[in-house]
Amino acid sequence: MGMWWWAIATFVLVLLVGLYLSMTAGRLDRLHRRIDTSLHALDTQLLRRSALALDMAASGIFDPATAVVLADSAHSARAASEEDVVARGLAESDLTRVLVEAIPDVQEADELREAAADPSMLEDLRGTCVRVQLSRRFHNDAVRACRQVRRQRLVRWLRLAGHTPWPETVEMDDTPPPGLTAR
Amino acid sequence: MCPYAWDVPGGVQAHIRDQAETLIEMGHDVSVITPVEDPDALPPYAIDGGRPRPVPYNGSVARLTFGVKATARVRRWIREGDFDVLHVHEPLAPSLGVLACWAARGPIVATVHSSIERSRVLITGYYLAQTALEKISALVAVSEHARRTIVDHLGGDAVLIPNGVRVDHYEDAQPLHAWAGPAIGFLGRMDEPRKGLPILLAAFAGIRARVPDATLVLIGPGDPDDVLADVPDDVRAGIVPLGRLSEREKAQALASLDAYVAPNTGGESFGIILLEAMAAGAPVIASDLDAFARVLDGGRCGALFPVGDAAALEDTVVDLLGDPAARARLVAAGSRRVTAYDWRTVAGDLIDVYASVTAGQSGVREDLRGQIVGRLARRRAGNEGAD
Repeated sequence: MGMWWWAIATFVLVLLVGLYLSMTAGRLDRLHRRIDTSLHALDTQLLRRSALALDMAASGIFDPATAVVLADSAHSARAASEEDVVARGLAESDLTRVLVEAIPDVQEADELREAAADPSMLEDLRGTCVRVQLSRRFHNDAVRACRQVRRQRLVRWLRLAGHTPWPETVEMDDTPPPGLTAR
Repeated sequence: MCPYAWDVPGGVQAHIRDQAETLIEMGHDVSVITPVEDPDALPPYAIDGGRPRPVPYNGSVARLTFGVKATARVRRWIREGDFDVLHVHEPLAPSLGVLACWAARGPIVATVHSSIERSRVLITGYYLAQTALEKISALVAVSEHARRTIVDHLGGDAVLIPNGVRVDHYEDAQPLHAWAGPAIGFLGRMDEPRKGLPILLAAFAGIRARVPDATLVLIGPGDPDDVLADVPDDVRAGIVPLGRLSEREKAQALASLDAYVAPNTGGESFGIILLEAMAAGAPVIASDLDAFARVLDGGRCGALFPVGDAAALEDTVVDLLGDPAARARLVAAGSRRVTAYDWRTVAGDLIDVYASVTAGQSGVREDLRGQIVGRLARRRAGNEGAD
């Protein structure tokens, strides 16, 4: 009789642990997927931003010195898109700083809008810069949620995360140009 | 996705209605699923999510919907809607929101409206809430309070996108009535002490003594005979209770005022009503609560007086009524201020959030993973495909 009870208790325990592990594995899978998509979204917005910066540099609305610096930093940012996350963060931060200096205030933004053959370009850039900022926030938030689960002891011991690399946040300066976002 | 019954007035419902209508005006396709008592009362863009049941939640009784039938409706809505993004309001309320999070995968945005104590979240089932929250790609908070709830209790971050005002509905409003003398107004439940009507009534006795033809307009539910029982007759003669007004009449009433007074003593986390008054072109006088001071930009867009101080309120009102230039200045500053909270601006911010979560994703799908029934259904579909 006692043996039966033990058998049933063990069975139930194994079942519960199994259920818990399966749920946690499902959670991890979901979180990894969310990180993939949020990183992809951030990548899309960053590439769009550097493409817009190149277009604007070539459009002749900036003075030659600014145009050269802008084109150069946009090129570097695009080249760094294949590199590791730290190098890319540095290159993108560089582009951010150049954009902030190029459009420091509303007055400058208005002048550029007047000079531009297509003023919607500036609205595009504003939208993209804001979206870069949002995407990065959402991505880092997903990374934080995932790390929280992966730090659990059972998850580490049983390697529930498999071979998926430890998730990394993206660190960069993503301030949008003040001339575009001021209201 | 709306958690509360559509036909019961409330801030969240109004927010969702304005959001949906603004987005539709901007040319987007919007579908709202919501609990509702009377499905015939729904606007064309809203879908019946089932009958709500009263549930005690977060200190008051909320009317929520859940259950097998609601689950089925939410799933069908997601399956057939082919949405690019799913926006869940109040994801922590144990209602359609959690169901929708479980039923969907893809870009999910959620807006948190209220601030909730941690214990309540725990009672609701922290683990369950967490599994739903983990699917949300972007969290939005409508106020600093709501954002703090998220940061403190859920360990995530949220983008702050304030409540909006349909500025276009207010700025075109024609004055409801031409009052004989200068008119000041109060808006809110008359018998709710935190709305501060007693303070305004005390101040109004003094105001009538100094500006004899002044009128006090009361807008909002409550029994005037009850509330005004202690008011002397000569003061009572200057008070016009209008009762509860429709959204449109409210805008018109605000447009007819020479000053709108918000004597609230607490409990306001945002102060959307101040924005509505500013949009309608009424100069605003408000108690210096944190939320009000923030909306009024520290007093630049409206006059502030110390909370609960009837004498200070009296002086502020009399000064402002006697100074048309100051009133014009406040109205001008107010209408500039309110553009930041205009739904057209707010909806633009939301579009930015939507765009940053939808980039590279293929839209909202029904999530069958983790569901035994779902797995069986999928297997059957797979077998049929193989035949």
